[in-house]
Amino acid sequence: MGKIESVTSPEHGHAHEQGPADPALRALLVERLAEVLDAAGLLCEPEELRPYECDGLSAYQCVPLVVALPANEEQVCKCLAVCHELGVPVVARGAGTGLSGGALPHAQGVTLGLSRLSRILEVDPLARTARVQPGVRNLAISEAVAPLGLYYAPDPSSQIACSIGGNIAENSGGVHCLKYGLTVHNVIRLRVATIRGEILELGSDGLDTPGYDLLALMIGSEGLLGVVTEITVRLLPKPECAQVVLAAFASVAEAGAAVAKVIGAGIIPAGLEMMDKLATAAVEQFVHAGYPLDAEAILLCESDGTTEEVAAEIAHVSEVMRASGATQIRTSRDDAERLRFWSGRKAAFPAVGRILPDYYCMDGTIPKRKLADVLMGIAALSRQFGLQCANVFHAGDGNLHPLIMFDANEADQAERAAQFGSRILELCIEAGGTITGEHGVGAEKIGEMCLQFGRGELETFLGVKRTFDAKGLLNPGKAVPTLHRCAEFGAMRVRRGQERFPDLPRF
Amino acid sequence: MQTLIENFSERIREAAARRTPLRLRGGGTKDFYGCSLEGELLETGPYRGVVDYEPSELVITARCGTPLAEVERTLDQGGQMLAFEPPHFGERATLGGCIAAGFSGPRRAYAGSARDYILGARLLDGRGQDLRFGGQVMNNVAGFDLSRLVTGSCGSLGLLLDLSLKVLPKPEKELTLSFECTDAQAIERMNQWAGRPLPLSASCYLQGRLHLRLSGAHSAVDAGVVKLGGEQVPDAGDFWRDLREQRLPGFGGTLWRLSVKSSAPPLGLPGSSVIEWGGALRWIATDAPAEQIHAAARNASGTAARFRGGARTEPPFLLTAAILELQRGLKATLDPDSILNPGRLHPQI
Ligand SMILES: Cc1cc2nc3c(=O)[nH]c(=O)nc-3n(C[C@H](O)[C@H](O)[C@H](O)COP(=O)(O)OP(=O)(O)OC[C@H]3O[C@@H](n4cnc5c(N)ncnc54)[C@H](O)[C@@H]3O)c2cc1C
Repeated sequence: MGKIESVTSPEHGHAHEQGPADPALRALLVERLAEVLDAAGLLCEPEELRPYECDGLSAYQCVPLVVALPANEEQVCKCLAVCHELGVPVVARGAGTGLSGGALPHAQGVTLGLSRLSRILEVDPLARTARVQPGVRNLAISEAVAPLGLYYAPDPSSQIACSIGGNIAENSGGVHCLKYGLTVHNVIRLRVATIRGEILELGSDGLDTPGYDLLALMIGSEGLLGVVTEITVRLLPKPECAQVVLAAFASVAEAGAAVAKVIGAGIIPAGLEMMDKLATAAVEQFVHAGYPLDAEAILLCESDGTTEEVAAEIAHVSEVMRASGATQIRTSRDDAERLRFWSGRKAAFPAVGRILPDYYCMDGTIPKRKLADVLMGIAALSRQFGLQCANVFHAGDGNLHPLIMFDANEADQAERAAQFGSRILELCIEAGGTITGEHGVGAEKIGEMCLQFGRGELETFLGVKRTFDAKGLLNPGKAVPTLHRCAEFGAMRVRRGQERFPDLPRF
Repeated sequence: MQTLIENFSERIREAAARRTPLRLRGGGTKDFYGCSLEGELLETGPYRGVVDYEPSELVITARCGTPLAEVERTLDQGGQMLAFEPPHFGERATLGGCIAAGFSGPRRAYAGSARDYILGARLLDGRGQDLRFGGQVMNNVAGFDLSRLVTGSCGSLGLLLDLSLKVLPKPEKELTLSFECTDAQAIERMNQWAGRPLPLSASCYLQGRLHLRLSGAHSAVDAGVVKLGGEQVPDAGDFWRDLREQRLPGFGGTLWRLSVKSSAPPLGLPGSSVIEWGGALRWIATDAPAEQIHAAARNASGTAARFRGGARTEPPFLLTAAILELQRGLKATLDPDSILNPGRLHPQI
């Protein structure tokens, strides 16, 4: 994806606030980190640092001061203690697949890569738990426990690459989270290193712990409260079988209504996804999933469970889809076909990337009943900004992923894409939803946080942050804006003449 | 309703100015729970009513003073339920008290807990500020997860106003099986069966019998019965309700709640015990000293908390110094003058 210049614009104010690094401090930092890390664990040369300059949102780039790659928990703690003592920012990094710039480096900070902590420490088949290090890939857990008939349920589309530590930080979801929940619903215990380099145990091997729920607070905290060093996840028995219904609709509104009817009928499908015409067209060119290309929208609805249960549910779903005006209904005949139906959905992001060189993946959630309105709003914005936008949608959860297509080599397209994206998030807020369903705020949506929350909420978030990290060294500039940043953001919006909430307080 | 909120807020600001604690109270059904009950009473009951409920959204939003029974009735009419099956502990139980206490019932091990189903909370903090966290949608990761943090905080972080919860459809069919066995066998079986694709929705071992509830589609429940065997229990609804409300034998005296690894063997503590949640929850009614109970919980990779009775001035559970410091820091963030139910959750929080 092309650069959106945001790294230096006041809108996101990042690199410009960070200024040049102090060479003496850098030398001291390198010396101190070298004492606690092994030879492979410290990267300082420009060509070694380059691969870490961005995460999955490559529009935002910044080279870190150094990269530390600890080999174990003890080294993580020692690195943190050094950074705390020297007052150096720390950005934790898992696999770098994040889509909101959460792992974007800090120009004067250490990027703390957790990829070497990649061991599955223990699997308990009877209690159905796995204790793993943060660098373990999401899919690797399910693969390791598959012989036991178990799996780890949250399945982000990036699951072959993303780390479980990153999943904790983002509270990641996946196409099956309507039925099986997000990361927060599937994790029972964490070991977390504080910025001072001390270990906290949150949660336990039981299902809850007394006192405030710090486990829930840590999940989704985007690396701002601590560095996760060990995770105990719950495993579920693999369903006996699964089947998918693919239904085509002549309008997005009808497809949206069908979603409401399926759920209204008392069905909680294992997955319920929508793709619009632009998305299916992009995908078909590329993966040949067999999607009907004349439909304005398609729904993929998966049922899993026992053979009897799936047969009954699939029949029920098909009936509801038909009654909701589906123009075509197909049911996967076998697992190969089921996977083929899903392959298109899972490859939607890269497929869209083949139409135009760049795409910008947005992530907002809305109440499902607002779907048709919001999609119409997005279509209007698409005309206004002169950029195409394909929509994929975790329909069951109301989580939208509009994919804005652009060519960064064309004049101002990247900037237009960024503005278009921001306007989509405003639509989500107006619809009673949220600016991020599962990709996190990161560096990207720090401005929109000022639209979704008022001063009191933001001050509370900042207070929570101070409780864990008084010096503000963990992932500074991400997830929670300062009130000053919000004032800047407001001023910038006024200049652009898109002041849409004139009655909102400005800080 | 806005006037009510302003009145609440005014009382909180006034209490903060005078540094006199308030005791937030819904229906008072959980007065038995926690430590200190000090403070001027602030009753949330008048702030009541379902604000928004659309079954196809799988979300209900209601005010804190809404009777829990009214919430459940509303959902029932839409063919839905609170999947965490909260205990009421009395007819006057309110939704606010339910979330503030954070209790979950028999379905918890299989469907999730109160904090798993909370989506959003509007609350007044200790300065009387009207704040909104989370929302009415499921996937939502904007900002720290304060709505989960306030769940189970015993009103010590804010006066909960409006609460949004995810809800689920009621199962087509429910059926209960019972098996005679020892506690060790029951624990083994509950764990083994939970590892198989069976539609389990509750489990309990008491007085020499393991009870298992199956919920779901007719076909799934019927197939489960064939796989599991055991005796079918007629009209088991009452059994699970009585278990949830702790009306069965085994819940008398000083009651401890141990949340442990589900496969941990029987704890060997003196007194009577009830096992729930596939083995992960052990209720022990005992006069054994607190240290012995905490040690047993630790051995079983879990924690213990005094639930009912006993010495209310003593800390009901243990916290390490580091965790206590963080909890106190969070309390100070939301309630800097420490006027909202201080000492209720824990004498030092
Ligand atoms: C093609 C594609 C598809 C995707 N699909 C989905 C999807 O379906 N659902 C979804 O939810 N997301 C999806 N994502 C987004 C992304 O994969 C997730 O957010 C994932 O959880 C990030 O994991 P990571 O290991 O790559 O984390 P990174 O990108 O390395 O880091 C993400 C954040 O976590 C922090 N962090 C990382 N490790 C730790 C740790 N150990 N302790 C503390 N903080 C830490 C970082 O500081 C950063 O803020 C997708 C991304 C791509 C590229």
